[in-house]
Amino acid sequence: MTLIKTHIGRRAFIRNTSLAGGGLVLGFSFLNSCKQGQAETMAVRDMPKEWFEINGYLKIGENGLVTIMSPNPEIGQNVKTSMPMIVADELEVDWNDVIVEQAPLNTNLYSWQVAGGSRSISSSWQNLRMAGATARHMLKEAAAKAWQVPVDEIEAKSGVLSHEASGKSAGYGEMASAASLEEVPEEVELKDRSEFSIIGSSRKNVDGKKIVTGQPLFGIDVQREGMLIATLAHPPAFGMQLKSLDAEAAKKMPGIRDVFAIKLFDDDFKRSAFHHTAFNSVVAVVGESTWEVMQAKKALNIEWEKAPSTSVEMSMFGNDMKVNYPAGLESTASHRQQMEELNSKKGRVVRKDGKPEAAFKNAAKIIERSYTCPFLAHNTMEPMNFFAHVTEDHAELLGPTQTPEWMEPAIAELLGLPLENIDINMTRQGGGFGRRLYGHFMIEAAAISQKAKAPVKLVYSREDDMSQGTYRPAYYATYRAALDADNNLTALHVKTGGIPESPLFANRFPAGALDNYLAEDWTIESNITTGAFRAPRSNFIAGAEQSFLDEVAEAAGKDPIEFRLELLKKAQEDPVGENNDYDPARYAGVLELVREKSNWNTSRDMHRGVSAYFCHNSYVAQVLDIAMENDKPVVQKVTTAIDCGIVVNPDAAKNLAEGGVVDGIGHAMYSAITFKDGAPEQTNFDKYRLIRHSEAPREIETYFVDNGIDPTGLGEPPFPPVMGALANALYKATGRRHYHQPFITDKPPIVG
Amino acid sequence: MANYTLNINGKSREVDVDPSTPMLWVLRDHVKLVGTKYGCGIAQCGACTVHLDDTAVRSCQIPVSAVGDKKITTIEGLSENGDHPVQQAWLEIDVPQCGYCQAGQIMSASALLKRNPSPTDSEIDTAMDGNICRCGTYTRIKKAIKTAAGNLS
Repeated sequence: MTLIKTHIGRRAFIRNTSLAGGGLVLGFSFLNSCKQGQAETMAVRDMPKEWFEINGYLKIGENGLVTIMSPNPEIGQNVKTSMPMIVADELEVDWNDVIVEQAPLNTNLYSWQVAGGSRSISSSWQNLRMAGATARHMLKEAAAKAWQVPVDEIEAKSGVLSHEASGKSAGYGEMASAASLEEVPEEVELKDRSEFSIIGSSRKNVDGKKIVTGQPLFGIDVQREGMLIATLAHPPAFGMQLKSLDAEAAKKMPGIRDVFAIKLFDDDFKRSAFHHTAFNSVVAVVGESTWEVMQAKKALNIEWEKAPSTSVEMSMFGNDMKVNYPAGLESTASHRQQMEELNSKKGRVVRKDGKPEAAFKNAAKIIERSYTCPFLAHNTMEPMNFFAHVTEDHAELLGPTQTPEWMEPAIAELLGLPLENIDINMTRQGGGFGRRLYGHFMIEAAAISQKAKAPVKLVYSREDDMSQGTYRPAYYATYRAALDADNNLTALHVKTGGIPESPLFANRFPAGALDNYLAEDWTIESNITTGAFRAPRSNFIAGAEQSFLDEVAEAAGKDPIEFRLELLKKAQEDPVGENNDYDPARYAGVLELVREKSNWNTSRDMHRGVSAYFCHNSYVAQVLDIAMENDKPVVQKVTTAIDCGIVVNPDAAKNLAEGGVVDGIGHAMYSAITFKDGAPEQTNFDKYRLIRHSEAPREIETYFVDNGIDPTGLGEPPFPPVMGALANALYKATGRRHYHQPFITDKPPIVG
Repeated sequence: MANYTLNINGKSREVDVDPSTPMLWVLRDHVKLVGTKYGCGIAQCGACTVHLDDTAVRSCQIPVSAVGDKKITTIEGLSENGDHPVQQAWLEIDVPQCGYCQAGQIMSASALLKRNPSPTDSEIDTAMDGNICRCGTYTRIKKAIKTAAGNLS
């Protein structure tokens, strides 16, 4: 057992003082829509008559049922199941006796209520365990007092407290009232990993039944008495803004209540990067039904005009920065030209080891390759939406957001309300991928509700969603390798940049494994807004780097896995530089595991590509197998090895990793947003291509390294490397290397 | 606006809407059955799939005026207790990630199995290619369809 201080202690575990004497907790269910389904799943067992709140994470009913609050946004990464599993394990309760509820935003009770950076589990790992262990301890204390025996003689197991010597035992429910009045301990014992009974054993998605029966779960499903529906019209192109609005025709259409322009931020409002939107002034159409507001939007007579260049002061995680948005209507053709031009010049040197210039000068052979990728739209299947009900002194917001805490200040500023008068609740979310980190739609919904003086659900159409911005940036990278006469790699040079950010991670592998290394980058300003997209920056640079290393290994006449392992051995035994941000042993571990599980050394039936990458503190290696069928390359199987420390919910973790594989193949292969005159040329799935059933791998196998390390990220890491594995396997299958995503349009086009 | 009497999940429902209103929005906004999802509005993603009689259709493309007396089945009406073999298989394989597209996937899959109780991989691909899953649960969906097919036979 590990003894830990309950450092979040009394302030975090706010006791409900109104419960003195063991009263009934009322109004604990935040989402009315959940109640019905919940009752159904609990049909085998009656709901408790009373709930006793032990701490902010859990309450126990007099019949032993336990409600565990899941603090973080659920975007499909399974935290609504896996986070409560951690609490339940430390509490020592039967998982069948657990009800899960989505917690509201509560900065007093919870920390990092964010779905971002693959950090939900890793950042709350200790807090969740502490919440369960603290409650277990308080239950034991209550039993010890009731039975007049020493507390350390009491055992808590599967929801039952027992004292062997006296033969006494009681269910948690019987002690819940007394436990809720116990002092929160100064420190508690956490279980040893070997004692875990829920963590590490697969549990089904807690919302599974509701999902497969179509119960209301998502933001877009919210229904309220008197609720109106709103939709927005934003400029048709980046670099444009609202000039004038004539809404007369639209206002006369059936079901339309109002049409007006809203402005999100005053110029002097110090916004964060998560508040920003390309379109500060938009037109809202408010009416009685979705179809009616969508129709009325078509009848709007709006004049747009070219916007001037702007410069916006922003804060990002406490750092102030100034972001410039140039004027003009941009196009993909001009972007490409700008990137090629900048990449041909000297960049900003971010890291330099040894004497790369000399190594290139003395090289017997130099390999140079350039890689590109386009802008991408996140395209969560549930389009952006949010419910807001703003009254004179209060605002209620409900819907899908990855960053409720970060959005609250902007909403308060807009509405002129103090933070404590704003309540934000989260629904289940139809995908995130980074898109819902940027909650302008929450601010828009609040602004519309305030002006319409009614509860309003704002719903984006797919076209609105895909043309709004917040895209994955476009990137460009050139890799150069110097080889000596024996084809040994003597230097590596990467120069990379993007619109508007660089994808460079200068201190990641293969930095540290090379005596001579140079990393440079550059950026290009744009008025097209971008945002974090599953594994930001890694989602391009991993594929580029891992494709390039494949070519270098081939030139060196080495097996691609062996080639990487040799570099990692050097990084481990004789590292170059001091800022290398990866662990070479763990990196090598996933490569060795995938080599074993894919039968790399013995299987010769398939065209195979390998790739490995480190991000979000986790390590992933993949082997992708292609077979040609009727002259078409078909992905048969992907074998994935992951080191993300302790895996809480293994089958769900595999599901997430499988999704990362499909997502990576899909985006590398098929998807792109291109621009002409500032406007995206793809605004729906007829032109924006997402991977479909027949294009997914036939089989995906996932293996985890079992090393007992505290959990690290999982949602993002399986996504970036598979793009490299795909490119490398395609080369084996077709004889052609692919440098430009999406590969389907890479010239000359490939079949598939 | 016009009155329509619709047969939805075996019940008669009356709505007063514009004749051009797609079934998707009639179901979601007027009948308050929100299991049928909006994804694209142009029949490209399959999130809005329902059964019209026994055929899987994209409800975003069917104006209420074209339904007539055909039977509409939504995810809420696929089975009385949520225990249709396809729903059970989905739970057994624990298919969903975000879950948003899954109602449409299940409606496409259940229509497929009704007309072809033991589909091949390629028949599954053909029937399911109109349903996008952005989370990438395709391999699990295929496994669940095969599981359901096995349980049906």
